[in-house]
Amino acid sequence: MNKVVAGADEAVHDIPSGATLMLGGFGLCGIPENCIAALVKKGVNNLTCISNNAGVDDFGIGLMLKGKQVKKMISSYVGENAEFERQLLSGELEVELVPQGTLATRCMAAGYGMPAVYLLAGIGTEVAEGKEVRNFNGKDYLLEYAFDADFAIVKAWKGDTQGNLVFKGTARNFSPMMAMAGKITIAEVEHLVPAGELDPNNIHVPGIYVRRIFEGKNYEKRIEQRTVRKR
Amino acid sequence: MPLNKEQIAKRIAQELQDGFYVNLGIGIPTLVANYIPHGVDVVLQSENGLLGMGPFPFEGDGDPDLINAGKQTITTVPGSAFFDSAMSFGMIRAGKVDLTVLGAMEVADNGDIANWKIPNKMVKGMGGAMDLVAAAKNIIVAMQHTNPKGESKLLPKCTLPLTGVGCVKKIVSDLGVFDVTPDGFKCIEYAPGVTIDEIKAKTAGRLVIADNVKEMAV
Repeated sequence: MNKVVAGADEAVHDIPSGATLMLGGFGLCGIPENCIAALVKKGVNNLTCISNNAGVDDFGIGLMLKGKQVKKMISSYVGENAEFERQLLSGELEVELVPQGTLATRCMAAGYGMPAVYLLAGIGTEVAEGKEVRNFNGKDYLLEYAFDADFAIVKAWKGDTQGNLVFKGTARNFSPMMAMAGKITIAEVEHLVPAGELDPNNIHVPGIYVRRIFEGKNYEKRIEQRTVRKR
Repeated sequence: MPLNKEQIAKRIAQELQDGFYVNLGIGIPTLVANYIPHGVDVVLQSENGLLGMGPFPFEGDGDPDLINAGKQTITTVPGSAFFDSAMSFGMIRAGKVDLTVLGAMEVADNGDIANWKIPNKMVKGMGGAMDLVAAAKNIIVAMQHTNPKGESKLLPKCTLPLTGVGCVKKIVSDLGVFDVTPDGFKCIEYAPGVTIDEIKAKTAGRLVIADNVKEMAV
């Protein structure tokens, strides 16, 4: 079993134009910086991206938007990106806005092999339009389908050569469910260690879900809203 | 004088009870954390995957892997826990979070709330708001009573796309405190210097004044 690849270019080499990708991260926290850069370099387009946010103008998925590589975004919040708004209003970009918990759970459903789930969020709103409603114990729920993604791309803090992943802080967010959901999952990690070095009690994503892993380089880990208090 | 944002936050903080797990939205709700009453032990949930959120870091500190749902740098308190987004919304959906505080553009007198979209104008997305309002046991809205044009934001029916239906339990606005009841907005407190007549004039939805209505302590 050899899951370790040399770097981002090799990890994304077979992602074709038109693919559906899941990309981990919340805002800019925990995004797969190396793979995004490799996808920008590779120049694939017509992508459908499932990701909570769409980056900012000059970082994260914003870099892919700038190169017009994205056909459709499936996200819960996209408010930090002027180029995104421009493409959306001009009709160049298709967007499906999904409640954040529904987004997470539709990833989870895919990773757990469940075709669909019944969820509360969006009942009585435009999110419910066209969706099947079913009543359980007096309460209405929406039928929401599992996502179907060709590739999931996540970034973890540590990973081992077996593909086991450990995340740090709130950089975990959507990545575990996405890692479980992708047909092919690519993990870039800050620290790649030999099998046996990670505590099996503290693995967030078991290696069975990870097809390719590599140690990323030059992480910028940009902070979107640096907020501090006086000492 | 109508309340300022800090005073709205301070009043909402008085609703916190010992042992509550609380989710605070972006804006005024975030300020509530600064006024948690002494002796009341609450745990703050941040829906991007943290229980036990602490204050902003000191200048010079700040970890890019540690942010709140508003993408601001934060800290943790002793006893905190990280988890993924599915578990985060799982605990919200399952009713484990006792109180959600969030902002609103409009609230209707039946508890409907609109706070995520202005058609053709603002298309940023709902984030976690729809999940939170659909599931939280208790929802308090922090808002300005009127828009910049002076028009009421407490309405008979929301005009903007809804975030959730019949879910708001209480509103703290710059003019007072209102319970959402079958009879409409029930004013239980008014801000110091604000008259009931002013509240009546600025509330478009059904309004009743509680028999024991009182001036808010600020």
